[in-house]
Amino acid sequence: MTEAANTAPWDAASEHLLRKLAPQVLGVVARRFRDFSSAEDAVQEAMLAAFKQWPQEGVPENPRGWLIRVAIRRMTDIARSEIARRLRETAVTPREEPMIEPSEMESDMDPEDTRVLLFMCCHPALSTSSAIALTLRAVGGLTTAEIANAFLVPEATMAQRISRAKQSIKASKVPFRMPIPQERRERLPAVLHVLYLIFSEGYVSSIGAHLQRLDLACEAIRLTRGARALLPEDAEIAGLLALMLLTNARRNARTGPNEELVPLDKQDRSLWDRAEIAEGTNLLTLALSQGAVGLYQLQAAIAAVHDEATRAEDTDWPQILALYELLQRVSPSPMVTLNHAIAVAMVHGPERGLERLQTLDKDERLAGHFRLDAVRGHLFEKLGDLEKAVQHYRAAATRTTSLPEQNYLMAQAARLDEAREQPNHDSSEPKLRPLKTKASKAPH
Amino acid sequence: MKYILMMNTMRAGAGVPAWPKADLRAHIDFMHNVNRELHEAGEWVSAEGLSFPDQARLVKAGRDGVSVTDGVFPESKEFLAGFWIVDVESPERAYAIAARISTAPGPGGAPLNMPIEVRPIMSAPPQEML
Repeated sequence: MTEAANTAPWDAASEHLLRKLAPQVLGVVARRFRDFSSAEDAVQEAMLAAFKQWPQEGVPENPRGWLIRVAIRRMTDIARSEIARRLRETAVTPREEPMIEPSEMESDMDPEDTRVLLFMCCHPALSTSSAIALTLRAVGGLTTAEIANAFLVPEATMAQRISRAKQSIKASKVPFRMPIPQERRERLPAVLHVLYLIFSEGYVSSIGAHLQRLDLACEAIRLTRGARALLPEDAEIAGLLALMLLTNARRNARTGPNEELVPLDKQDRSLWDRAEIAEGTNLLTLALSQGAVGLYQLQAAIAAVHDEATRAEDTDWPQILALYELLQRVSPSPMVTLNHAIAVAMVHGPERGLERLQTLDKDERLAGHFRLDAVRGHLFEKLGDLEKAVQHYRAAATRTTSLPEQNYLMAQAARLDEAREQPNHDSSEPKLRPLKTKASKAPH
Repeated sequence: MKYILMMNTMRAGAGVPAWPKADLRAHIDFMHNVNRELHEAGEWVSAEGLSFPDQARLVKAGRDGVSVTDGVFPESKEFLAGFWIVDVESPERAYAIAARISTAPGPGGAPLNMPIEVRPIMSAPPQEML
Protein backbone atom coordinates (compact mmCIF):
# COMPACT_ATOMS: atom_id res chain seq x y z
CA MET A 1 0.00 0.00 0.00
CA THR A 2 2.98 2.27 0.38
CA GLU A 3 3.15 5.10 -2.09
CA ALA A 4 6.77 5.31 -3.06
CA ALA A 5 6.53 8.70 -4.73
CA ASN A 6 6.39 12.16 -3.14
CA THR A 7 4.70 12.43 0.17
CA ALA A 8 3.80 15.37 2.41
CA PRO A 9 4.00 15.41 6.21
CA TRP A 10 0.88 14.62 8.21
CA ASP A 11 -0.87 17.51 9.96
CA ALA A 12 -4.35 18.77 10.86
CA ALA A 13 -4.89 19.85 7.26
CA SER A 14 -4.20 16.34 6.00
CA GLU A 15 -6.72 14.94 8.44
CA HIS A 16 -9.26 17.43 7.15
CA LEU A 17 -8.41 16.46 3.59
CA LEU A 18 -8.81 12.78 4.39
CA ARG A 19 -12.29 13.32 5.80
CA LYS A 20 -13.25 15.50 2.88
CA LEU A 21 -12.14 12.86 0.39
CA ALA A 22 -14.09 10.06 2.07
CA PRO A 23 -17.52 10.79 0.51
CA GLN A 24 -15.95 11.47 -2.90
CA VAL A 25 -14.16 8.14 -2.87
CA LEU A 26 -17.28 6.40 -1.64
CA GLY A 27 -19.31 7.99 -4.43
CA VAL A 28 -16.98 6.65 -7.08
CA VAL A 29 -16.74 3.15 -5.64
CA ALA A 30 -20.45 2.82 -4.85
CA ARG A 31 -21.50 3.97 -8.30
CA ARG A 32 -19.09 1.68 -10.08
CA PHE A 33 -19.82 -1.43 -8.08
CA ARG A 34 -23.50 -0.60 -7.67
CA ASP A 35 -23.25 -1.69 -4.08
CA PHE A 36 -23.46 1.17 -1.59
CA SER A 37 -23.28 -1.05 1.47
CA SER A 38 -20.07 -2.94 0.64
CA ALA A 39 -18.50 0.17 -0.86
CA GLU A 40 -19.13 2.03 2.37
CA ASP A 41 -17.37 -0.71 4.34
CA ALA A 42 -14.50 -0.76 1.87
CA VAL A 43 -14.01 3.00 2.10
CA GLN A 44 -14.09 2.82 5.89
CA GLU A 45 -11.28 0.28 5.73
CA ALA A 46 -9.35 2.49 3.34
CA MET A 47 -9.81 5.39 5.76
CA LEU A 48 -8.54 3.31 8.67
CA ALA A 49 -5.52 2.25 6.60
CA ALA A 50 -4.84 5.90 5.77
CA PHE A 51 -5.16 6.97 9.41
CA LYS A 52 -2.61 4.32 10.26
CA GLN A 53 -0.15 4.85 7.43
CA TRP A 54 -0.25 8.50 6.46
CA PRO A 55 0.92 9.93 9.80
CA GLN A 56 3.93 7.61 9.63
CA GLU A 57 4.73 7.54 5.96
CA GLY A 58 3.44 10.94 4.91
CA VAL A 59 0.45 11.89 2.79
CA PRO A 60 0.71 10.33 -0.67
CA GLU A 61 1.03 12.63 -3.63
CA ASN A 62 -2.35 11.57 -4.92
CA PRO A 63 -4.34 10.88 -1.75
CA ARG A 64 -7.61 10.37 -3.57
CA GLY A 65 -6.12 7.81 -5.90
CA TRP A 66 -4.54 6.07 -2.94
CA LEU A 67 -7.87 5.78 -1.14
CA ILE A 68 -9.68 4.61 -4.26
CA ARG A 69 -7.07 1.93 -4.91
CA VAL A 70 -7.23 0.61 -1.36
CA ALA A 71 -11.04 0.65 -1.36
CA ILE A 72 -11.20 -1.14 -4.70
CA ARG A 73 -8.77 -3.77 -3.54
CA ARG A 74 -11.07 -4.38 -0.62
CA MET A 75 -14.10 -4.48 -2.92
CA THR A 76 -12.33 -7.01 -5.12
CA ASP A 77 -11.65 -9.16 -2.08
CA ILE A 78 -15.32 -9.01 -1.18
CA ALA A 79 -16.32 -9.86 -4.76
CA ARG A 80 -13.83 -12.75 -4.88
CA SER A 81 -15.10 -14.36 -1.73
CA GLU A 82 -18.65 -13.84 -2.96
CA ILE A 83 -17.83 -15.59 -6.25
CA ALA A 84 -16.07 -18.38 -4.37
CA ARG A 85 -19.10 -18.82 -2.16
CA ARG A 86 -21.44 -19.02 -5.14
CA LEU A 87 -19.15 -21.51 -6.84
CA ARG A 88 -19.17 -23.74 -3.81
CA GLU A 89 -22.93 -23.57 -3.76
CA THR A 90 -23.55 -24.16 -7.44
CA ALA A 91 -20.43 -26.17 -8.29
CA VAL A 92 -19.99 -24.57 -11.70
CA THR A 93 -16.70 -24.03 -13.45
CA PRO A 94 -14.93 -20.84 -12.37
CA ARG A 95 -14.98 -17.95 -14.80
CA GLU A 96 -12.60 -15.06 -14.99
CA GLU A 97 -13.75 -12.35 -12.62
CA PRO A 98 -14.22 -8.94 -14.18
CA MET A 99 -11.28 -6.66 -13.57
CA ILE A 100 -11.69 -2.98 -13.04
CA GLU A 101 -8.82 -0.71 -13.77
CA PRO A 102 -8.27 1.69 -10.85
CA SER A 103 -6.78 4.39 -13.04
CA GLU A 104 -10.00 4.45 -15.00
CA MET A 105 -11.80 5.49 -11.88
CA GLU A 106 -9.60 8.28 -10.66
CA SER A 107 -10.78 10.70 -13.29
CA ASP A 108 -14.29 9.85 -12.31
CA MET A 109 -14.99 12.40 -9.59
CA ASP A 110 -18.41 13.89 -9.47
CA PRO A 111 -19.68 16.30 -6.79
CA GLU A 112 -23.10 14.86 -7.52
CA ASP A 113 -21.95 11.69 -5.72
CA THR A 114 -21.65 13.46 -2.38
CA ARG A 115 -25.10 14.99 -2.86
CA VAL A 116 -26.51 11.54 -3.55
CA LEU A 117 -24.79 10.21 -0.43
CA LEU A 118 -26.23 12.92 1.74
CA PHE A 119 -29.77 12.15 0.65
CA MET A 120 -29.16 8.45 0.95
CA CYS A 121 -27.85 8.62 4.52
CA CYS A 122 -30.78 10.77 5.61
CA HIS A 123 -33.24 8.35 4.05
CA PRO A 124 -36.73 8.50 5.59
CA ALA A 125 -36.70 4.72 6.13
CA LEU A 126 -33.99 5.17 8.78
CA SER A 127 -34.38 5.96 12.45
CA THR A 128 -32.78 9.29 13.32
CA SER A 129 -29.98 7.67 15.31
CA SER A 130 -29.09 5.42 12.36
CA ALA A 131 -29.23 8.30 9.92
CA ILE A 132 -26.95 10.37 12.15
CA ALA A 133 -24.41 7.56 12.50
CA LEU A 134 -24.38 6.75 8.79
CA THR A 135 -24.10 10.40 7.76
CA LEU A 136 -21.14 10.95 10.07
CA ARG A 137 -19.36 7.91 8.67
CA ALA A 138 -20.21 7.99 4.96
CA VAL A 139 -20.37 11.75 4.41
CA GLY A 140 -18.32 13.02 7.33
CA GLY A 141 -15.46 10.55 6.90
CA LEU A 142 -15.41 9.72 10.61
CA THR A 143 -14.43 6.31 11.89
CA THR A 144 -16.85 4.04 13.73
CA ALA A 145 -14.73 4.38 16.87
CA GLU A 146 -14.96 8.18 16.76
CA ILE A 147 -18.72 8.13 16.30
CA ALA A 148 -19.17 5.56 19.07
CA ASN A 149 -17.08 7.71 21.36
CA ALA A 150 -19.12 10.81 20.56
CA PHE A 151 -22.32 9.03 21.56
CA LEU A 152 -20.74 7.11 24.45
CA VAL A 153 -21.70 3.66 23.20
CA PRO A 154 -19.41 0.67 22.50
CA GLU A 155 -17.82 0.61 19.05
CA ALA A 156 -19.46 -2.74 18.23
CA THR A 157 -22.88 -1.26 18.95
CA MET A 158 -22.23 1.67 16.65
CA ALA A 159 -20.89 -0.64 13.92
CA GLN A 160 -24.05 -2.70 14.19
CA ARG A 161 -26.24 0.39 14.01
CA ILE A 162 -24.49 1.50 10.82
CA SER A 163 -24.71 -1.93 9.28
CA ARG A 164 -28.44 -2.14 10.03
CA ALA A 165 -28.98 1.29 8.53
CA LYS A 166 -27.38 0.08 5.32
CA GLN A 167 -29.52 -3.03 5.31
CA SER A 168 -32.62 -0.83 5.56
CA ILE A 169 -31.42 1.25 2.64
CA LYS A 170 -30.76 -1.88 0.62
CA ALA A 171 -34.20 -3.24 1.46
CA SER A 172 -35.83 0.04 0.44
CA LYS A 173 -34.37 -0.47 -3.07
CA VAL A 174 -33.46 3.19 -3.39
CA PRO A 175 -31.16 3.45 -6.41
CA PHE A 176 -27.83 5.21 -5.99
CA ARG A 177 -28.81 8.37 -7.79
CA MET A 178 -30.06 11.83 -7.03
CA PRO A 179 -33.75 11.97 -6.09
CA ILE A 180 -35.89 13.71 -8.72
CA PRO A 181 -36.60 17.39 -7.92
CA GLN A 182 -40.04 16.67 -6.46
CA GLU A 183 -38.63 13.94 -4.19
CA ARG A 184 -35.71 16.13 -3.33
CA ARG A 185 -37.96 18.86 -1.97
CA GLU A 186 -39.74 16.30 0.16
CA ARG A 187 -36.56 14.75 1.49
CA LEU A 188 -34.47 17.85 2.10
CA PRO A 189 -36.09 18.53 5.50
CA ALA A 190 -34.88 15.10 6.71
CA VAL A 191 -31.33 15.98 5.63
CA LEU A 192 -31.48 19.31 7.44
CA HIS A 193 -32.98 17.69 10.51
CA VAL A 194 -30.15 15.15 10.75
CA LEU A 195 -27.53 17.90 10.45
CA TYR A 196 -29.39 19.94 13.06
CA LEU A 197 -29.50 17.01 15.47
CA ILE A 198 -25.77 16.35 15.08
CA PHE A 199 -25.16 19.99 15.95
CA SER A 200 -27.45 20.00 19.00
CA GLU A 201 -25.99 16.78 20.30
CA GLY A 202 -22.54 18.30 20.03
CA TYR A 203 -23.51 21.69 21.41
CA VAL A 204 -25.19 20.42 24.54
CA SER A 205 -22.79 17.59 25.28
CA SER A 206 -19.64 19.63 25.01
CA ILE A 207 -20.12 20.65 28.63
CA GLY A 208 -17.80 19.39 31.31
CA ALA A 209 -17.15 15.71 31.61
CA HIS A 210 -17.52 15.13 27.92
CA LEU A 211 -15.00 17.66 26.69
CA GLN A 212 -12.71 14.95 25.42
CA ARG A 213 -15.40 13.71 23.06
CA LEU A 214 -15.25 14.43 19.39
CA ASP A 215 -16.63 17.88 18.74
CA LEU A 216 -19.89 17.05 17.00
CA ALA A 217 -20.96 20.69 16.83
CA CYS A 218 -17.91 21.48 14.70
CA GLU A 219 -18.47 18.34 12.63
CA ALA A 220 -22.06 19.45 12.01
CA ILE A 221 -20.88 22.88 10.92
CA ARG A 222 -18.34 21.28 8.58
CA LEU A 223 -20.97 18.95 7.10
CA THR A 224 -23.49 21.76 6.69
CA ARG A 225 -20.88 23.91 4.97
CA GLY A 226 -20.36 21.00 2.61
CA ALA A 227 -24.10 20.58 2.08
CA ARG A 228 -24.45 24.27 1.33
CA ALA A 229 -21.72 24.06 -1.29
CA LEU A 230 -23.59 21.15 -2.87
CA LEU A 231 -27.01 22.79 -2.83
CA PRO A 232 -26.24 26.52 -2.95
CA GLU A 233 -29.70 27.48 -4.16
CA ASP A 234 -31.35 26.25 -1.00
CA ALA A 235 -32.00 29.08 1.45
CA GLU A 236 -32.84 26.74 4.33
CA ILE A 237 -29.38 25.12 4.29
CA ALA A 238 -27.89 28.60 4.51
CA GLY A 239 -30.36 29.33 7.31
CA LEU A 240 -29.34 26.18 9.17
CA LEU A 241 -25.65 26.99 8.81
CA ALA A 242 -26.34 30.51 10.07
CA LEU A 243 -28.27 29.11 13.04
CA MET A 244 -25.36 26.82 13.93
CA LEU A 245 -22.79 29.62 13.71
CA LEU A 246 -24.90 32.13 15.65
CA THR A 247 -25.45 29.55 18.39
CA ASN A 248 -21.93 28.15 18.47
CA ALA A 249 -20.60 31.71 18.83
CA ARG A 250 -21.90 31.68 22.42
CA ARG A 251 -20.46 28.37 23.52
CA ASN A 252 -17.63 29.77 25.66
CA ALA A 253 -20.04 31.94 27.62
CA ARG A 254 -22.78 29.46 28.39
CA THR A 255 -21.07 27.70 31.31
CA GLY A 256 -19.47 29.10 34.45
CA PRO A 257 -16.23 28.08 36.17
CA ASN A 258 -17.89 25.03 37.72
CA GLU A 259 -19.52 24.08 34.46
CA GLU A 260 -22.88 25.37 35.62
CA LEU A 261 -25.23 26.61 32.94
CA VAL A 262 -25.28 30.37 32.50
CA PRO A 263 -28.55 31.69 31.04
CA LEU A 264 -28.36 34.00 28.06
CA ASP A 265 -29.04 37.20 30.00
CA LYS A 266 -26.22 36.45 32.45
CA GLN A 267 -23.59 35.52 29.92
CA ASP A 268 -20.39 37.49 29.56
CA ARG A 269 -21.00 38.72 26.05
CA SER A 270 -17.36 39.63 25.52
CA LEU A 271 -16.76 35.86 25.30
CA TRP A 272 -19.01 35.54 22.27
CA ASP A 273 -17.20 34.80 19.03
CA ARG A 274 -17.63 37.95 16.95
CA ALA A 275 -16.28 36.37 13.76
CA GLU A 276 -18.81 33.56 13.94
CA ILE A 277 -21.62 36.02 14.63
CA ALA A 278 -20.58 38.14 11.65
CA GLU A 279 -20.42 35.12 9.35
CA GLY A 280 -23.78 33.83 10.58
CA THR A 281 -25.43 37.21 10.18
CA ASN A 282 -24.13 37.64 6.63
CA LEU A 283 -25.26 34.17 5.67
CA LEU A 284 -28.68 34.81 7.12
CA THR A 285 -29.07 38.10 5.27
CA LEU A 286 -28.21 36.29 2.07
CA ALA A 287 -30.60 33.43 2.82
CA LEU A 288 -33.48 35.75 3.63
CA SER A 289 -33.05 37.47 0.28
CA GLN A 290 -33.23 34.12 -1.51
CA GLY A 291 -36.96 33.65 -1.20
CA ALA A 292 -39.21 31.38 0.84
CA VAL A 293 -38.55 31.79 4.55
CA GLY A 294 -38.23 28.51 6.44
CA LEU A 295 -37.97 27.46 10.05
CA TYR A 296 -34.16 27.38 10.20
CA GLN A 297 -33.89 30.89 8.80
CA LEU A 298 -36.39 32.09 11.38
CA GLN A 299 -34.56 30.43 14.25
CA ALA A 300 -31.32 31.89 12.94
CA ALA A 301 -32.96 35.30 12.81
CA ILE A 302 -34.00 34.96 16.47
CA ALA A 303 -30.46 33.91 17.41
CA ALA A 304 -29.13 36.90 15.47
CA VAL A 305 -31.34 39.33 17.39
CA HIS A 306 -29.96 37.96 20.67
CA ASP A 307 -26.41 38.07 19.35
CA GLU A 308 -26.57 41.68 18.23
CA ALA A 309 -27.55 43.00 21.68
CA THR A 310 -24.46 44.26 23.49
CA ARG A 311 -26.25 43.93 26.83
CA ALA A 312 -29.12 41.59 27.69
CA GLU A 313 -31.39 44.57 28.41
CA ASP A 314 -30.80 45.87 24.89
CA THR A 315 -32.42 42.78 23.38
CA ASP A 316 -35.06 43.70 20.84
CA TRP A 317 -37.87 41.55 22.28
CA PRO A 318 -40.65 42.97 20.07
CA GLN A 319 -38.68 41.74 17.07
CA ILE A 320 -38.14 38.33 18.65
CA LEU A 321 -41.87 38.15 19.39
CA ALA A 322 -42.67 38.93 15.76
CA LEU A 323 -40.25 36.23 14.62
CA TYR A 324 -41.82 33.62 16.91
CA GLU A 325 -45.22 34.56 15.52
CA LEU A 326 -43.92 33.89 12.04
CA LEU A 327 -42.32 30.67 13.20
CA GLN A 328 -45.64 29.52 14.60
CA ARG A 329 -47.20 29.98 11.22
CA VAL A 330 -44.39 28.31 9.28
CA SER A 331 -43.74 25.43 11.65
CA PRO A 332 -46.10 25.21 14.62
CA SER A 333 -45.06 23.01 17.54
CA PRO A 334 -45.51 23.09 21.33
CA MET A 335 -41.85 24.07 21.80
CA VAL A 336 -42.37 27.07 19.55
CA THR A 337 -45.46 28.04 21.55
CA LEU A 338 -43.41 27.76 24.73
CA ASN A 339 -40.74 30.10 23.42
CA HIS A 340 -43.39 32.39 22.02
CA ALA A 341 -44.89 32.65 25.52
CA ILE A 342 -41.54 33.85 26.86
CA ALA A 343 -41.34 36.51 24.17
CA VAL A 344 -44.95 37.54 24.97
CA ALA A 345 -43.96 37.88 28.63
CA MET A 346 -40.92 39.98 27.77
CA VAL A 347 -42.99 42.37 25.67
CA HIS A 348 -46.43 42.39 27.34
CA GLY A 349 -45.65 41.19 30.87
CA PRO A 350 -45.57 37.83 32.66
CA GLU A 351 -49.38 37.52 33.09
CA ARG A 352 -49.83 37.48 29.34
CA GLY A 353 -47.05 34.94 29.01
CA LEU A 354 -48.65 32.66 31.59
CA GLU A 355 -52.02 32.92 29.81
CA ARG A 356 -50.32 31.84 26.63
CA LEU A 357 -48.91 28.76 28.39
CA GLN A 358 -52.37 27.54 29.38
CA THR A 359 -53.01 26.39 25.82
CA LEU A 360 -50.14 23.93 26.29
CA ASP A 361 -51.58 22.12 29.30
CA LYS A 362 -53.75 19.98 27.09
CA ASP A 363 -51.03 19.24 24.60
CA GLU A 364 -50.00 15.61 24.97
CA ARG A 365 -46.68 16.21 23.29
CA LEU A 366 -45.64 18.45 26.16
CA ALA A 367 -47.60 16.96 29.08
CA GLY A 368 -45.30 16.63 32.07
CA HIS A 369 -42.35 18.03 30.11
CA PHE A 370 -39.95 19.78 32.43
CA ARG A 371 -39.59 22.74 30.14
CA LEU A 372 -43.19 23.79 30.63
CA ASP A 373 -42.59 23.92 34.38
CA ALA A 374 -39.25 25.65 33.93
CA VAL A 375 -40.86 28.43 31.89
CA ARG A 376 -43.73 28.76 34.40
CA GLY A 377 -41.18 29.04 37.21
CA HIS A 378 -39.45 31.80 35.31
CA LEU A 379 -42.66 33.71 34.58
CA PHE A 380 -43.99 33.41 38.15
CA GLU A 381 -40.68 34.74 39.35
CA LYS A 382 -41.05 37.74 37.07
CA LEU A 383 -44.54 38.20 38.40
CA GLY A 384 -43.14 38.25 41.93
CA ASP A 385 -44.96 35.08 43.02
CA LEU A 386 -41.88 33.44 44.43
CA GLU A 387 -43.71 30.56 46.08
CA LYS A 388 -45.20 29.37 42.82
CA ALA A 389 -41.93 30.03 41.04
CA VAL A 390 -40.06 27.76 43.46
CA GLN A 391 -42.73 25.07 43.06
CA HIS A 392 -42.42 25.05 39.30
CA TYR A 393 -38.64 25.18 39.25
CA ARG A 394 -38.55 22.18 41.58
CA ALA A 395 -41.12 20.28 39.54
CA ALA A 396 -39.02 20.94 36.46
CA ALA A 397 -35.87 19.80 38.28
CA THR A 398 -37.39 16.41 39.10
CA ARG A 399 -38.57 15.89 35.54
CA THR A 400 -35.54 16.80 33.49
CA THR A 401 -33.20 14.01 32.46
CA SER A 402 -30.32 16.40 32.04
CA LEU A 403 -27.86 16.81 34.87
CA PRO A 404 -26.65 20.36 34.08
CA GLU A 405 -30.25 21.47 33.58
CA GLN A 406 -31.29 19.87 36.87
CA ASN A 407 -28.52 21.62 38.77
CA TYR A 408 -29.50 24.90 37.19
CA LEU A 409 -33.20 24.52 38.08
CA MET A 410 -32.46 23.48 41.67
CA ALA A 411 -30.16 26.49 42.04
CA GLN A 412 -32.93 28.78 40.75
CA ALA A 413 -35.35 27.35 43.32
CA ALA A 414 -32.81 27.63 46.14
CA ARG A 415 -32.02 31.23 45.26
CA LEU A 416 -35.70 32.21 45.36
CA ASP A 417 -36.24 30.31 48.58
CA GLU A 418 -33.52 32.37 50.24
CA ALA A 419 -34.99 35.55 48.83
CA ARG A 420 -38.35 34.62 50.34
CA GLU A 421 -36.85 34.09 53.77
CA GLN A 422 -35.26 37.53 53.66
CA PRO A 423 -38.02 39.70 52.21
CA ASN A 424 -35.86 42.85 52.33
CA HIS A 425 -33.19 41.12 50.39
CA ASP A 426 -34.85 40.94 47.03
CA SER A 427 -34.19 38.15 44.63
CA SER A 428 -31.09 38.92 42.64
CA GLU A 429 -33.28 39.10 39.57
CA PRO A 430 -34.65 42.56 38.89
CA LYS A 431 -38.24 41.77 38.06
CA LEU A 432 -38.60 43.55 34.79
CA ARG A 433 -35.36 42.44 33.30
CA PRO A 434 -35.39 39.62 30.84
CA LEU A 435 -34.28 36.42 32.47
CA LYS A 436 -33.66 33.85 29.88
CA THR A 437 -33.84 30.43 31.48
CA LYS A 438 -32.17 27.56 29.76
CA ALA A 439 -35.69 26.43 29.13
CA SER A 440 -36.32 29.25 26.76
CA LYS A 441 -33.45 28.56 24.50
CA ALA A 442 -33.91 27.03 21.13
CA PRO A 443 -30.48 26.57 21.12
CA HIS A 444 -30.28 30.31 21.51
CA MET B 1 -31.69 8.10 24.76
CA LYS B 2 -30.07 5.86 27.29
CA TYR B 3 -32.04 3.86 29.82
CA ILE B 4 -31.08 1.52 32.63
CA LEU B 5 -33.21 -1.60 32.99
CA MET B 6 -32.91 -2.96 36.49
CA MET B 7 -34.01 -6.53 36.93
CA ASN B 8 -35.37 -7.24 40.36
CA THR B 9 -35.83 -10.75 41.56
CA MET B 10 -38.00 -11.86 44.39
CA ARG B 11 -35.94 -13.01 47.30
CA ALA B 12 -37.25 -16.47 46.59
CA GLY B 13 -35.33 -16.14 43.33
CA ALA B 14 -32.30 -17.00 45.39
CA GLY B 15 -33.51 -20.55 44.90
CA VAL B 16 -32.21 -20.43 41.33
CA PRO B 17 -29.29 -22.77 42.06
CA ALA B 18 -31.83 -25.47 42.87
CA TRP B 19 -33.55 -25.28 39.47
CA PRO B 20 -33.46 -28.42 37.29
CA LYS B 21 -30.76 -28.34 34.64
CA ALA B 22 -33.15 -27.92 31.71
CA ASP B 23 -34.83 -24.93 33.34
CA LEU B 24 -31.50 -23.31 34.12
CA ARG B 25 -30.38 -23.89 30.54
CA ALA B 26 -33.56 -22.33 29.17
CA HIS B 27 -33.13 -19.30 31.43
CA ILE B 28 -29.49 -18.78 30.50
CA ASP B 29 -30.24 -19.22 26.78
CA PHE B 30 -33.04 -16.70 27.04
CA MET B 31 -30.75 -14.06 28.58
CA HIS B 32 -28.08 -14.87 26.03
CA ASN B 33 -30.59 -14.29 23.23
CA VAL B 34 -31.74 -10.99 24.72
CA ASN B 35 -28.13 -9.78 24.74
CA ARG B 36 -27.53 -10.96 21.21
CA GLU B 37 -30.67 -9.18 19.98
CA LEU B 38 -29.64 -5.95 21.69
CA HIS B 39 -26.20 -6.17 20.08
CA GLU B 40 -27.69 -6.81 16.67
CA ALA B 41 -30.11 -3.94 17.06
CA GLY B 42 -27.22 -1.59 17.82
CA GLU B 43 -28.84 -0.74 21.17
CA TRP B 44 -26.53 -2.47 23.65
CA VAL B 45 -24.41 -0.24 25.86
CA SER B 46 -23.64 -2.55 28.77
CA ALA B 47 -25.11 -5.27 30.94
CA GLU B 48 -24.03 -6.97 34.12
CA GLY B 49 -25.37 -9.75 36.25
CA LEU B 50 -24.96 -9.40 39.99
CA SER B 51 -24.00 -12.01 42.55
CA PHE B 52 -26.54 -13.64 44.84
CA PRO B 53 -27.52 -11.62 47.88
CA ASP B 54 -25.41 -13.67 50.25
CA GLN B 55 -22.37 -12.01 48.67
CA ALA B 56 -23.84 -8.56 49.33
CA ARG B 57 -22.60 -6.31 52.12
CA LEU B 58 -24.20 -3.13 53.27
CA VAL B 59 -21.59 -0.49 54.01
CA LYS B 60 -22.33 2.73 55.82
CA ALA B 61 -20.17 5.27 57.65
CA GLY B 62 -20.79 5.45 61.38
CA ARG B 63 -20.68 8.67 63.43
CA ASP B 64 -16.93 8.50 63.80
CA GLY B 65 -16.57 8.04 60.07
CA VAL B 66 -15.53 4.43 60.48
CA SER B 67 -17.48 2.11 58.25
CA VAL B 68 -19.94 -0.35 59.62
CA THR B 69 -20.54 -3.39 57.52
CA ASP B 70 -23.59 -5.57 57.76
CA GLY B 71 -22.79 -9.20 57.37
CA VAL B 72 -25.78 -9.95 55.22
CA PHE B 73 -28.03 -8.03 52.99
CA PRO B 74 -30.93 -6.78 55.09
CA GLU B 75 -34.35 -8.32 54.62
CA SER B 76 -36.04 -6.96 51.56
CA LYS B 77 -38.56 -8.56 49.34
CA GLU B 78 -36.68 -7.89 46.15
CA PHE B 79 -33.08 -7.54 45.21
CA LEU B 80 -31.26 -6.30 42.14
CA ALA B 81 -30.15 -9.30 40.09
CA GLY B 82 -28.69 -7.50 37.13
CA PHE B 83 -29.02 -4.54 34.80
CA TRP B 84 -28.81 -3.49 31.18
CA ILE B 85 -28.01 -0.09 29.77
CA VAL B 86 -29.52 0.42 26.34
CA ASP B 87 -29.43 3.28 23.87
CA VAL B 88 -32.82 3.42 22.14
CA GLU B 89 -34.97 5.69 20.02
CA SER B 90 -37.88 6.05 22.45
CA PRO B 91 -39.01 5.24 25.98
CA GLU B 92 -41.54 2.83 24.47
CA ARG B 93 -38.70 0.78 23.03
CA ALA B 94 -37.00 0.64 26.44
CA TYR B 95 -40.29 -0.56 27.99
CA ALA B 96 -40.65 -3.21 25.29
CA ILE B 97 -37.16 -4.57 25.99
CA ALA B 98 -37.93 -4.61 29.72
CA ALA B 99 -41.20 -6.43 29.09
CA ARG B 100 -39.36 -9.08 27.12
CA ILE B 101 -36.73 -9.55 29.83
CA SER B 102 -39.51 -9.84 32.39
CA THR B 103 -40.78 -13.00 30.68
CA ALA B 104 -37.51 -14.90 31.21
CA PRO B 105 -38.42 -18.53 31.89
CA GLY B 106 -38.23 -19.92 35.40
CA PRO B 107 -38.97 -23.36 36.83
CA GLY B 108 -40.91 -25.52 34.39
CA GLY B 109 -40.36 -22.91 31.68
CA ALA B 110 -43.08 -20.63 33.07
CA PRO B 111 -42.35 -16.91 32.66
CA LEU B 112 -40.96 -15.33 35.82
CA ASN B 113 -42.60 -11.96 35.06
CA MET B 114 -39.93 -10.21 37.09
CA PRO B 115 -40.36 -6.51 37.79
CA ILE B 116 -37.93 -4.50 35.67
CA GLU B 117 -37.38 -0.93 36.73
CA VAL B 118 -36.75 1.36 33.75
CA ARG B 119 -35.14 4.75 34.35
CA PRO B 120 -33.72 7.32 31.94
CA ILE B 121 -30.02 7.97 32.41
CA MET B 122 -29.25 11.61 33.01
CA SER B 123 -27.67 13.24 30.01
CA ALA B 124 -27.06 16.54 28.39
CA PRO B 125 -30.34 18.35 27.72
CA PRO B 126 -32.36 16.99 24.82
CA GLN B 127 -32.22 19.96 22.55
CA GLU B 128 -35.13 19.11 20.30
CA MET B 129 -37.00 22.29 19.82
CA LEU B 130 -39.13 21.56 16.79
